[in-house]
Amino acid sequence: MALVSMITRSRTMAALASPHGVDHYLSRINPMWAAHEVRARVVGVRRETDTPGAPVATLTLQPTTTWRGHRAGQYVQVGLDLPGSARRMTRCFSISSPASGPGEQITLTIRSHADGQVSKYLVEAEPGQVLHLSQAQGDFTLPVSPATPGIDPLLFITGGSGITPAMSMVRTLLRDGYDGRAGRPVTFLHYARSAADQIYADELARIAAADNNVTVHLRHGDAVFNELELRRLAPRYRDTDTWACGPAGMIDLVRAAYAESPRLRLELFKPPATGTGSAKGDLVFSGSGEQVANTGASILEQAEEAGLAPAFGCRMGICFSCTTRKAEGIVRNVLSGAESSLPDEDIQICVSAPVGDCVVDL
Amino acid sequence: MKPHLTPQQLEAFGNEMDALRQRVLADLGKDDAAYIREVVRRQQQLEVLGRALFYLPPAWPLAVAALSASKILENMEIGHNVMHGQYDWMGDPHLSSRVYEWDNVCPSEQWKYSHNYIHHTFTNILGKDRDIGYGILRMDEDQEWHPYYLGNPVYALLLMVFFEWGVAMHDLEVENIVKGTRRLEENKALHAGIMRKVRRQALKDYVLFPALTGPLFPLTLAGNAAANLVRNVWAFNIIFCGHFPAGAETFSTEECEDETRGHWYYRQVLGSANISGGPLFHVMSGNLSHQIEHHLFPDLPARRYPQIAPEVREICERYGIAYTTGPLRRQLMSVARKICRLALPDRATAPPDEPVAVRRPQAA
Repeated sequence: MALVSMITRSRTMAALASPHGVDHYLSRINPMWAAHEVRARVVGVRRETDTPGAPVATLTLQPTTTWRGHRAGQYVQVGLDLPGSARRMTRCFSISSPASGPGEQITLTIRSHADGQVSKYLVEAEPGQVLHLSQAQGDFTLPVSPATPGIDPLLFITGGSGITPAMSMVRTLLRDGYDGRAGRPVTFLHYARSAADQIYADELARIAAADNNVTVHLRHGDAVFNELELRRLAPRYRDTDTWACGPAGMIDLVRAAYAESPRLRLELFKPPATGTGSAKGDLVFSGSGEQVANTGASILEQAEEAGLAPAFGCRMGICFSCTTRKAEGIVRNVLSGAESSLPDEDIQICVSAPVGDCVVDL
Repeated sequence: MKPHLTPQQLEAFGNEMDALRQRVLADLGKDDAAYIREVVRRQQQLEVLGRALFYLPPAWPLAVAALSASKILENMEIGHNVMHGQYDWMGDPHLSSRVYEWDNVCPSEQWKYSHNYIHHTFTNILGKDRDIGYGILRMDEDQEWHPYYLGNPVYALLLMVFFEWGVAMHDLEVENIVKGTRRLEENKALHAGIMRKVRRQALKDYVLFPALTGPLFPLTLAGNAAANLVRNVWAFNIIFCGHFPAGAETFSTEECEDETRGHWYYRQVLGSANISGGPLFHVMSGNLSHQIEHHLFPDLPARRYPQIAPEVREICERYGIAYTTGPLRRQLMSVARKICRLALPDRATAPPDEPVAVRRPQAA
């Protein structure tokens, strides 16, 4: 096996198979053969909740041998060829299973969104379906190896399907021998719409009941994150390594509670709001001839508001699916704050907000 | 040459072209994806067939034919068009302009700059579009004559034979270095990319595949070289017929200053020429036989060009914009005549353009 993969990944093979590449030929023979790319076959689909309009399912994926594994908390880009559509769609999903090794199975827990073509399809996916994957990405992860746990307490604050990366971390800790004797208390605070909408309810109940020093706090219904409650559950929370993942509204509250504490690590569903400080001038979509008054939101959002449908992927500046040519003007990367004013440059419109007049080819 | 249309007419013309483009864009879908994947499949079959037939020495000519066809398809209908981003909308990395590396010694990255950007933006603007004569030939009366150009036909022949190498060296702007307007250091970064690509291509066609046929090494090597030569000759001829036959016009920098979108479209039509022929011919030319449509809409899937050609032509005729087209034979002769004629200094009393040269709107 090692020999086969050494041969298929060699530069000689790459030269022989150019211009299409070894993977292209391998996938013609068997979709699960790969030398560089990662693909995965859906081997199991389990319904987690039946929330009307937004059901949740966990997909078990068997990746190709090219999968390098993942650290708990990372996400993966999933490329889906929808039947009947020529456009491959790419979206990001956190991995919910514990840290994996090369070629090992992983799970994704996905909530179907009313307007989310990919999530809707995946929640109903049939075993056997082959998906395109990236390698695991992201640094919203546990800093220490679970095999050598520190003694510092850990805190997870999650909302809705933001539970998935934290679940991967907790599962990793428990799988790798973490128990009540580790002397490292773990606090898990999660907000869900309702008890019926609670993902992993049984497993969380088991974790809470076991002797493992993990405390689980579930909040259902209208409860929103608030600092008072957090202070009660974790008095020294600002000095506690914290992982927070959830919708933008919740993240804003958490961010405020932690002030500038470097212990807080965030994973967002949506890019941060960009405010309206520099929202002046006009945003021109030269391809369609539309023009709108710049609101300071991302170009992607403003384009969609104007009725256009630009291609997009992760909507958080990582997958480059939305890359678009900006003809002129200055844009600010809302993640990095960096401004760029080069004419005719390719920008990621999901994380680029115009500063003054701006022309993009949409 | 001043446009014979008023700014209002140019704008209306541009609007019609934009509308046509929008219509095709809105219609992109399954058929386009199925088409390009089918072309890739056929091309791969031809390549496998060609490479395999080299094991049968008597089938050598067949092997060369199959491999030549495969290389032509790959460079023209797949590589060139994919690198234009014609299939980027599919979201398939294999057919993405950012990813695709074609079977040619010219690195895709450099090709996309000199072709997609420079040539397609400044099409036929003298002094800007370096595809006019490729810095080697005199292809326009407005290029000042120099005794060097006496070798015009010889240079053209050499460029044809070594076309992929000429394309690879295109970005180095050797002529500008000779003229002193470009410094050698500016080429440093390009050199590395070209050499990497050249090594990979040479390894494939002149070492690995020949070696795989064992004792037939020399035959296979010769066959691969022959296939590359056939592709060079074909590509050169198709491309030269696209911009240089009588009827295709050139422009000055001044007349293209502050150019409107309508004028850009107008220039693309006048600067290009089509070649008439059957469906197979169109595919083997990468649909560059519809050079006019390609230049109007370089990022639309090429299979759309023949479909929209009648409408483009009808619009052009309505605005009195010459739509140059003709069969391959005639366009080739016209280009060859031009190459030879421009080798000599312009005659004082220039006769009106050649007799065959037709800006006949109704030609063919």
